[in-house]
Amino acid sequence: MRKSRKDSKAKSEQNGLKKRLLRLKVNGELKEVATETSKTLLEVLREDLGLTGTKHGCEVGECGTCTVLIDKQPVLSCLVLGVESEGTEIVTVEGLMKDGRPHPLQRAFADSGATQCGYCIPGIILTAKSLLDENPRPSRDEIREALSGNLCRCTGYVKILDAVEQVVRGEVA
Amino acid sequence: MLRLPDFNYIKPKSLKEAARLLADLGPEAMAVAGGTDVYPKMKRGQFTPRHLVSLRGLAEMKGIRAQAKEGMWIGAGETLTRVSQNSAVQRRFPALAHAAGSVSTPQLRNAGTIGGNVFVDTRCNYYDQTFFWREAAGFCMKKDGDICLVAPKSRSCLALFSSDTAPVLLSLSARALLVGPDGPRAVPFDEIYRDDGMHFVTKRPEELLKAILIPRASFGLGNVYLKLRRRGSFDFPILGVAAALSADREGTCLSAKLVLTAVASAPKVVDEASRLLVGKKISRELIEAAAEAAARVSHPVDNADLDYWYRKRMTGVYVKRALAGLAGIELEAERAGKKPNQV
Repeated sequence: MRKSRKDSKAKSEQNGLKKRLLRLKVNGELKEVATETSKTLLEVLREDLGLTGTKHGCEVGECGTCTVLIDKQPVLSCLVLGVESEGTEIVTVEGLMKDGRPHPLQRAFADSGATQCGYCIPGIILTAKSLLDENPRPSRDEIREALSGNLCRCTGYVKILDAVEQVVRGEVA
Repeated sequence: MLRLPDFNYIKPKSLKEAARLLADLGPEAMAVAGGTDVYPKMKRGQFTPRHLVSLRGLAEMKGIRAQAKEGMWIGAGETLTRVSQNSAVQRRFPALAHAAGSVSTPQLRNAGTIGGNVFVDTRCNYYDQTFFWREAAGFCMKKDGDICLVAPKSRSCLALFSSDTAPVLLSLSARALLVGPDGPRAVPFDEIYRDDGMHFVTKRPEELLKAILIPRASFGLGNVYLKLRRRGSFDFPILGVAAALSADREGTCLSAKLVLTAVASAPKVVDEASRLLVGKKISRELIEAAAEAAARVSHPVDNADLDYWYRKRMTGVYVKRALAGLAGIELEAERAGKKPNQV
């Protein structure tokens, strides 16, 4: 272990890239990963931890696709460094299953066909989860406001709002 | 894929140490807090720092306190979400709560700080593009080139000042608490900006914003911020109007300050509006005159979303709505039930 870390350090110095060992708490598990300081959390999650549920959209904060929860708040994983996420609690869409069952939001989105291509859905579900954790009975306008940072180019948003409302009303099997 | 180029990430223990690092490392170093302006610009090659001095986690930049004597103290490291949801800010300064809450998106506001928004980089259709795009179209003077692509004869850069919170802070006569290597100083926001798209702040590059101070005298002011943009979310302002007013019981105006954003490379204080309003009973005619005065000094150019002549025309409309709202006066069109379409 130590040797390989040293090797990768030597390699990264060769490439002129600075690596460091990150300790990240992702979906309740502590993960250690040696990676470039310049990597965003999005890149660390997808490339170093293999958590590809977090999608990769505009990369500059203009679409909301890469949203993850950091300390329960939705943030853009493309605009925060892995280094800056140490010491926080990160939740990705992979962390929503409980006892082998999908989260009610995931079931509602699947049941009501609120996804089309599905690319924006992990970010939308995490953003909606953060809203419902704080406010279990939001109005449609409050849901709309909470999801105003997530672009979807397929659905037209109506079914997405319907799906969240289904969960609010407890109508998910 | 847009990746960040390599850089040194430095975490100082205090603001003073951060300021010293910035002074020592010179123009190759940049400060970063929320990262929501810095990282996209590094990915597009607009910012090319070799060293990033991180202000994250510095406790001395945190907190929002309403103080009996000094007024309100807002830590520059507070996120836009926290500022917009703070109950004291909402009660005293709804304009600031609204401005902070209208920046970009909920996700971005959970990371972006008010200090970052106050000094957010100026914007332009020819500048806010990837390196690939800019290389293909030809570089502009703000980065890598030597002419302005909006107005090739212009000697200075015309990039737009795009902060939502700064015009509100000017309207409330707020001061910036800056920390340099030698210690702190407080500077009125009126003196912080310069109408030059490349050098739009007057502070020294190593000086860092620790906090925003809103004086006690501004606590009683009626205040409002109206923002024009294409979409209800994501977008930067292409016009913003901040107004702060006070009046006596008879409705005579005691003080008035009107500030425009996104019409130049710095926030624009409409002095003529104050001269017109102060000492007089606010009427529909007076509001009309103030709106005309604001439109006269509003000079949008063709470098942002929507047509520049439209943005100039909307300056008067938004100023009228802002002042009428504060003075409790109904406007003709609104009264007749012909409320113009909100954009």
